[in-house]
Amino acid sequence: MRDIAIVSFAQSHHARAISTHNEVEMLMPLLGEAMGAAGITKDRVDFVCSGSSDYLAGQPFSFVMTLDAFGPWPPISESHVDMDGAWAVYEAWVKMQSGHADIALVYAYGKSSPGDIRRVLSRQLDPYYLQPLWPDSVALAALQARAGLDAGTFTAEQMAEVAARSRRAAVDNPFAQLAGDVEAATLLDAPDFLAPLKMHDCAPVSDGAAVLILAAEDIARELSDRPAWIRGIDHRIEPHALGLRDLTTSASTRLAGEKAGVHHGEVDLAELHAPFTHQELILSEALGLGDGVSINPSGGALGANPVMAAGLVRMGEAATRISRGDANRAVAHATSGPCLQQNLVCVLEGE
Amino acid sequence: MAEITLPPRLEGVEPVRSIRVPASIHYRYTAGEASSKFLREVAKKRLVGQQCPLCKKVYVPPRGCCPTDGVPTVGEVELKDTGTITSFCIVNVPFMQNLMEIPYVGALILLDGSDLPIMHLIQEIPADQVVPGMRVEAVWVPDDEIGPTLESIKYFRPNGEPDAPLETYKEHV
Repeated sequence: MRDIAIVSFAQSHHARAISTHNEVEMLMPLLGEAMGAAGITKDRVDFVCSGSSDYLAGQPFSFVMTLDAFGPWPPISESHVDMDGAWAVYEAWVKMQSGHADIALVYAYGKSSPGDIRRVLSRQLDPYYLQPLWPDSVALAALQARAGLDAGTFTAEQMAEVAARSRRAAVDNPFAQLAGDVEAATLLDAPDFLAPLKMHDCAPVSDGAAVLILAAEDIARELSDRPAWIRGIDHRIEPHALGLRDLTTSASTRLAGEKAGVHHGEVDLAELHAPFTHQELILSEALGLGDGVSINPSGGALGANPVMAAGLVRMGEAATRISRGDANRAVAHATSGPCLQQNLVCVLEGE
Repeated sequence: MAEITLPPRLEGVEPVRSIRVPASIHYRYTAGEASSKFLREVAKKRLVGQQCPLCKKVYVPPRGCCPTDGVPTVGEVELKDTGTITSFCIVNVPFMQNLMEIPYVGALILLDGSDLPIMHLIQEIPADQVVPGMRVEAVWVPDDEIGPTLESIKYFRPNGEPDAPLETYKEHV
């Protein structure tokens, strides 16, 4: 296995609607920022991998047009996943392991504002039994929360604590969209949004993008004073049909965490991609994160949730904290699909 | 198709072979800064492209960046509404709610001074007389109908100049 590290990261100032910039314009400054921080120009990038969804843009092959932001000439080695950018990191990591790339650039972007994101996300469900019912993403998460509350897996108080902690953490995150000093008790007094979920249990609707650069071995040491080494990365998926799953737990996260080696050392911090408060509780439990672990010091997806990029942002936030010296060992997690259907876990370490 | 054993109460029932599941989602498309600027100029009957600071190519409609170099295109270049047909196709299939009389010609037109052909209609000439290299000019809609859309140009028509030699546009074919 080759040692591969995250050496640079840039993200947008996520917002409810970035209505003045199209996807290319949103992404282009971040590409320059990430390459500038690593001290490289695009000719040194061996592989480009992106994550996005045409369903968000409402335009077929929108991801091809977005390549303009990088400038794919002379012809470049490039790939795309219709998934969160965290999975593009996985593909790039595999490519680098195979020896076909030493520096890879990964980007992801998502504008939720052009369409109705709750309806758009219903299009990922099975086309025969669920899609015709248009169950929206918040409604499905509410079913999951209800299952967990009824089973006693977590409480409404714990959910409100997650929201309050995330918003407080996001105060120090200039890229976050939703931040503030709130008490969990106050949040609990709010009316139901989609019972049992209250508004604070749901991530905000966000537009945003992120860029991350990976480098192998000594090149990583050249590009970063303190690279965030990927010590383990794994992703697992659960059945498409929600009725086949136990929604109160996350078997796929548990397995991905084991395979990525989460338990092979102390975890300083975890960036968990949980668009709903109860999902953070499910993920923490599945990864066996103890009380000493700082969870979502960035504010997490509850601070900003640019769909398709929010998982990549978790990796970037964790890596940045390692590179800054704030942490030595971190877990980054990304999710995709309804009710935490698919999960990716990555273990990052400093040297 | 694999044989399925049905419970007795469903035996003899006509199987469901297909279902219709209509779906539609409404989107608000963000043109972005570069395209917005371009479209506002179109509403003034002006075609303004953007130039790459590195390779000097002029893009129209501009999208804010050079797809070759990946850098912002900041310099603006006003273009004429004349150009050269680099390639075209003759449409013989009615669509677009039969708005167009067939056959008609859709062409890639390299506006003079630009490096990226735009697609538009060719009219006022029989379809079988259109050739690559043909020089054309824009026919705008009446002034009171002009807006921030390329539909402000009704179509292009031959402007009577001799055909451009291949060398002048072959890079754009």
